[in-house]
Amino acid sequence: MSARVLVGVKRVIDYAVKIRVKPDRTGVVTDGVKHSMNPFCEIAVEEAVKLKEKKLVKEVVAVSCGPQQVQETIRTALAMGADRGIHVEVSGKDYETLGPLQVSKILAALAKKEQADLIILGKQAIDDDCNQTGQMTAALLDWPQGTFASELTFEADKLKVVREIDGGLETIMIKLPAVVTADLRLNTPRYATLPNIMKAKKKKIANVKPADLGVDVSSRLEVLKVDEPPQRQAGVKVETVEDLVGKLKEAGRI
Amino acid sequence: MAAVRALARGVRLGSNSIGRNRSLIFNSVQRRGIAACIDPSIGLTDEQKEFQKVAFDFAANEMAPHMAEWDLKEIFPVEAMRKAAQLGFGGIYVNPDVGGSGLSRLDTSIIFEALSTGCVSTTAYISIHNMCAWMIDTFGNNEQREKFCPDLCSMQKFASYCLTEPGSGSDAASLLTSAKLQGDHYILNGSKAFISGGGDTDVYVVMCRTGGKGPKGISCLVLEKGTPGLSFGKKEKKVGWNSQPTRAVIFEDCAVPVTNRLGAEGEGFTIAMKGLNGGRINIASCSLGAAHASVLLARDHMCVRKQFGEALSNSQFLQFKLAEMATKLVASRLLVRQAAVALQEGRPDAVSLCSMAKLFVTDECFSICNQALQIHGGYGYLKDYAVQQYVRDIRVHQILEGTNEVMRMIIARSLLTES
Repeated sequence: MSARVLVGVKRVIDYAVKIRVKPDRTGVVTDGVKHSMNPFCEIAVEEAVKLKEKKLVKEVVAVSCGPQQVQETIRTALAMGADRGIHVEVSGKDYETLGPLQVSKILAALAKKEQADLIILGKQAIDDDCNQTGQMTAALLDWPQGTFASELTFEADKLKVVREIDGGLETIMIKLPAVVTADLRLNTPRYATLPNIMKAKKKKIANVKPADLGVDVSSRLEVLKVDEPPQRQAGVKVETVEDLVGKLKEAGRI
Repeated sequence: MAAVRALARGVRLGSNSIGRNRSLIFNSVQRRGIAACIDPSIGLTDEQKEFQKVAFDFAANEMAPHMAEWDLKEIFPVEAMRKAAQLGFGGIYVNPDVGGSGLSRLDTSIIFEALSTGCVSTTAYISIHNMCAWMIDTFGNNEQREKFCPDLCSMQKFASYCLTEPGSGSDAASLLTSAKLQGDHYILNGSKAFISGGGDTDVYVVMCRTGGKGPKGISCLVLEKGTPGLSFGKKEKKVGWNSQPTRAVIFEDCAVPVTNRLGAEGEGFTIAMKGLNGGRINIASCSLGAAHASVLLARDHMCVRKQFGEALSNSQFLQFKLAEMATKLVASRLLVRQAAVALQEGRPDAVSLCSMAKLFVTDECFSICNQALQIHGGYGYLKDYAVQQYVRDIRVHQILEGTNEVMRMIIARSLLTES
């Protein structure tokens, strides 16, 4: 197989950090806060690298959109086994309003430019929980999509994807080229080894601007406000079942 | 890596959303080092941040969940250490041509500091193992390097370092274990005390007397378990460092081939001293990791524990205590990293700086962990809480690799002989 895989990786606030809303309620505090690769993107990278090790794909390219700092995230992907990286430079206001629609336009343009046969993304990012980029990218490219993948197998020129859905597991066969989004149980990402981290230093990261790809990154959405979830209120203890029913009726629940 | 494993643990309990089960990953979260002013990745290169990330992830996933059990049951965690070796932690500053990772002393310090948050005792043993592999790599000839280093770097075989004897601790140069030349073998007689890993490890790097009295009569020999005449004492019962067995190593007419000697006859003490410089940085780094984890544990406890109607974090005295702990931690970290850089650059002040680092850092970090235990109140004394294990484990760092008193001797000597 001479396939080339594009893997999208997003730099997000580390899952272990306690999120704080900015005082002006326009967003969350990101300055000085620890960031790392989105966990679902780690799973996507791992899957791509596994495919390369099984010799089912030839090259794994890691892509990230954002300011200078996303190069750290690309380097992590390289340390896990990706062959080269592409940094799509988006900074300042554009980066603050960057969302799934713009990213999928960028990925679609890159997929055509790099002649990718497969795009693997995380199913969603843990900061915005959008769960849209994979689906939008597939639509823009008019490619089939296998989302929430928990198992991926190559069968001749098709891809068998086992999807985690509400009712259980669904198995579909899709033709390449395709977009796959990784769910939690697809694999367990490897630790980068010290030698691989050092080898990653020599791997190339190309710089690209969205304009070079013909993509307009202006957002059609405006964030009005961001608030913390409401504080949990204390409950009330009731003595009898009648009291409970009465209270529920009072609250308009039944 | 750590993120996904932790999330998987949470999700397995039935929830579809990622954020909801954060409380379940609380334990591993604490060790990951999220607090801006004491962030250990400040000032590091991108590559060093990657090394540190792997080490932190490994510590959080493979070590921290087991550290209490390893301590209680005195388990030598061979499998976990071999996994660490697969990532390159078996011979961090050993040459790549014999299986090592070829990293610098600063990289090594960063790695041990991160690993130590997962289990101080195991990390300290890994650092001793690394020192032995480095000694053979640096002072051995090609046959010796090729014979021993690959297996040590992969941790197929484990190593122990034998210098201390019942009668010679601080006064290491007065060691008595004799090695008499007979044909093409040295015959060893004597015993070593407090040997980390002794009895469970495979390769022993032994300092013994081939010549006259004093340091110039000491040579370094490498021998393997199973050599006739090599036996071990009982496993010592210790206050901490329980995930590594400590035993006396006994030589009774133990024959070791001359080809197993590292360097020339009489070079042993120099080898030992050079090894100790790095060893001191490593041990100080292990103390750093414990202190870092303890500061986070104390902070988290203060946010949760309420007395007199408010959280402990509202008490100015405790806020000040926490601030002092954080300041000492960062100061210690800077000193260790400076010493590591001095050592790898071969600067003339390297020896004194390593001694200063070991002295300052082991003392300060013990005080930090002890203070963290105090902040936990009664809970700090229970084995259910990790802070007591950090305290017990790093207490010995003020004693071994040269007592902190000997560190003062070295520093004083350097000050007084200069004029």
